[in-house]
Amino acid sequence: MEIPYTVTARPDTGLWNAKVGIWLFLASEVMLFGGLFSAYIFLRLDAEPGFWPHGLLNVPVGTMNTAILIASSVTVVLAWASLKMRRFNAYWWYMLATISCGVIFLFVKLYFEWPQKFDHFGAYIKTSALEKYEPYLGNKHLLSEGLPPRVEITGHLHNHEALHDPNIKEYEVGLDPIYTDPTNPKMDRPHFLYVPPTDKILKIEKADVERATMFVPSHSTYFATYFTITGLHGLHVLGGVIVFTYLWLPVGSKLYRQNPEHLANRVEVAGLFWHFVDLVWIFVFPLFYLL
Amino acid sequence: MNNPPTTEPVEHETEHYAPQAHDVSKHVRGYLLVGATLLVFTALTVFLSYLDLGSEKWNVAVAMVVATFKAGLVAYIFMHLSAEKKLIYRILIFTAIFVFGLFWLTYLAWYDPVHH
Repeated sequence: MEIPYTVTARPDTGLWNAKVGIWLFLASEVMLFGGLFSAYIFLRLDAEPGFWPHGLLNVPVGTMNTAILIASSVTVVLAWASLKMRRFNAYWWYMLATISCGVIFLFVKLYFEWPQKFDHFGAYIKTSALEKYEPYLGNKHLLSEGLPPRVEITGHLHNHEALHDPNIKEYEVGLDPIYTDPTNPKMDRPHFLYVPPTDKILKIEKADVERATMFVPSHSTYFATYFTITGLHGLHVLGGVIVFTYLWLPVGSKLYRQNPEHLANRVEVAGLFWHFVDLVWIFVFPLFYLL
Repeated sequence: MNNPPTTEPVEHETEHYAPQAHDVSKHVRGYLLVGATLLVFTALTVFLSYLDLGSEKWNVAVAMVVATFKAGLVAYIFMHLSAEKKLIYRILIFTAIFVFGLFWLTYLAWYDPVHH
């Protein structure tokens, strides 16, 4: 069956059908991500002082991934423009570049960023025990500066079995640099660059700990929203990569020979989706990595 | 890696060839320029987040202004909203209203008519 209005405008809408379809879909996507961002605002504004962490994500890697997404937005629009100018070769290469960017983005997320988080440990200290760990937390200094207190000690967990074994009474944590020098003004707002945990080991008694987990979604509302939003965003990137790959494969050249404008329009709507995914990331990046 | 499949030049163009096709080549420079601008503003966002702009609220506000500008560029240029048909704008106006309502619901959560 011939699909109507793939390249010609439908008289009543003035648009080819897929264009209307993709914008309606993007409208529903705006609501989907809007709901999650709304939840983010709600949880963040209601967080107790010190309970919205800062500087836990790897900023250079996040910046690189942002640049990769922006580059892929440029290449996909150039792929579309190439089709409009009937340069199939250029289209083929721009599409390949776009697909590669999407794959690199996902690779960095799944094989680098997330595993790094799952390997990082944090223990929330009970309010009654904060005084005991003051040499590591530096809360008197923070208070004098008018900054929110530190309520968590993070680093590398040396005795992993402590998470499950009730007979082990303490966590052995290779401290993150911030807890080895907590009154240094440079540590007031934690460094953004990823710095590996130090060799200095602190034994934190379980009796002093409110809750302790690796950096997984249950760690805090911060990581819960982080993994939900970046996870959903990652699924969108994956979806885009699949569609682009389909349009890039011989199916694309076959359609090009039959009706180049039809392929250009398909690339345009897939591109519109891709730009939206980029647009979401433009907000995700500062909200989670930087602020 | 394979070379791109060869395609015969198309002799019979589809009817109703979009008029914009002829000036697409003029836009290519613009797309590259927008891409570069987005990268510069990404660097700016990272740089600004290192500065103390008075309070956390100000840092968030400034970062969101920059992000909104970047998102606007993407929507206006890459997504062709600079020249789109009326129907698309209508869809987007409705979307904007509903999103506004969504965020307003969040705001309502703090509204307390008794202890106000």
